[in-house]
Amino acid sequence: MEAVFLTFVFVLTIFLGFELISKVPSTLHTPLMSGSNAISGITLIGALASVKTDSLVFTVILGTLAVIFATINVVGGYAVTNRMLEMFKKKDEGGAK
Amino acid sequence: MSSPALAINFAYIISAALFIFGLKMLSSPATARRGNLLSAVGMLLAIVVTLFSQGLDYKWILLGIVIGSAIGLVAAYKVEMTSMPEMVALFNGFGGISSLLLAWGEYHQHPELSVFIGIVASLSAFIGGITFSGSMIAFGKLSEKIPSKAIIFSGQHIINAAILIAAILSTVFFAVNPQNLYWVFVVIVIIALVFGVTSVIPIGGADMPVVISLLNSYSGLAACAAGFVIGNNILIVAGALVGASGIILTKIMCKAMNRSLANVLFSGFGATVQAKGDGPQGEIRPATAEDVYYILEAADSVVFVPGYGLAVAQAQHVTRELGDLLEKNGTEVMYAIHPVAGRMPGHMNVLLAEANVPYDQLVEMDDINPKMDSIDVCVVIGANDVVNPAAINDESSSIYGMPIIETHRAKTVIVLKRSMNPGFAGIQNALFFAENARMYFGDAKASIQALVAEFKSGD
Repeated sequence: MEAVFLTFVFVLTIFLGFELISKVPSTLHTPLMSGSNAISGITLIGALASVKTDSLVFTVILGTLAVIFATINVVGGYAVTNRMLEMFKKKDEGGAK
Repeated sequence: MSSPALAINFAYIISAALFIFGLKMLSSPATARRGNLLSAVGMLLAIVVTLFSQGLDYKWILLGIVIGSAIGLVAAYKVEMTSMPEMVALFNGFGGISSLLLAWGEYHQHPELSVFIGIVASLSAFIGGITFSGSMIAFGKLSEKIPSKAIIFSGQHIINAAILIAAILSTVFFAVNPQNLYWVFVVIVIIALVFGVTSVIPIGGADMPVVISLLNSYSGLAACAAGFVIGNNILIVAGALVGASGIILTKIMCKAMNRSLANVLFSGFGATVQAKGDGPQGEIRPATAEDVYYILEAADSVVFVPGYGLAVAQAQHVTRELGDLLEKNGTEVMYAIHPVAGRMPGHMNVLLAEANVPYDQLVEMDDINPKMDSIDVCVVIGANDVVNPAAINDESSSIYGMPIIETHRAKTVIVLKRSMNPGFAGIQNALFFAENARMYFGDAKASIQALVAEFKSGD
């Protein structure tokens, strides 16, 4: 039953994703990619929860590596997206320095 | 569900809502930055509440987060805007490998998986593995550490098909009895890593926008599969959003090249250069900086059409400087951007934004083409195939049918180019021989600097 429930969530979210993303203008496609990339670092949540005090040693090693990679993905992804979006300015916002 | 676990799951719902709002606000440059911050807040919330789970081993978690944050921050603030495609490829790959590691860790801890969990665990490892090794190859190609042209090996399709069949068989074999088949799981991981390499290596540099979009989608789907493994909704929601985003971008990129996804992935386009002497011939009309200056000086409207060459030459800042001088001279200035210009979706927009070009001056292909006849001068900077009129009027051309920016219809076209070498598609560009075209040879940055100097001395 749980599998059905999770699949339900998955399918609905895919449709929601299509709706949301098709409204993003091509000007913002690069920030969209790096921003959604940061979101895909959500595996960090699972990775954190897998590093438990009663876990097997090899599980902890895999989990810690997963935490490192996912954190790079999350922190780097959001930071670089923010850096890019900062540069998008309208003309009356003093586009030229 | 115990009450702390329930509270954590409620917090995940808020995170999911913040991700969705964040993506929604990306639909306008004015709200995009706040949207990204909102999405980051959602992620932070999810991370913080997860840390309240019972029995976590904090020393390893802290170590992982500190190392990861340090690397992520340094990379994010050091990277040049022109190198953004390889940066995104790299981050994609890291997302993929973390899904793989997570699935592996879960399996190692609880080998007694149900058939369903067995399937999603191998899917998570498989997609994660492809994302990782595929992204590393894409990174290598984009940063020119390995040759960016398509590398074709004989029997490539057969090998890839065999790998794929092996992967499916292993998954089925594994899922039926996961507990005693640890080695099969490892085989699946290895197959995935190999497949990532063999499937991306035959794809050429200019097709990278498609590949990056697709890998972006995979990284989301891998996270999604990992979410199924650990039965966590937030991974599924976030992963599916990213998966959908990547699929849409992939579709847009394919459409902008008038090619199917299958064609991009399997054809090795651009690997074979057509025989010399093929294609249009004619007299070219070279121009000097002074000639170009007089043409631009007299123009009422100028449209810049940037391509990958602008990124290579790092010419975005001088281009904006020239644009400003033209505006001061009373000329209307616009920047027309083809959807696949550059090496990733939106690459040119980011470069021009970096150079302080206001985003209201950036126009899309479909908006500029109807006005093209009334434009005085088009300045093509380092773009080639996306302005090749053969796409419209030469049915035998390999790019026939691809939507282009129709610069050939402007009164005058100035093409900045290093030499007469053909573009990625390996075909000569009829635009260069057109009556209204002038070729301005040289490095894009140096050429534009010369024009800026002309303008400054002309005042």
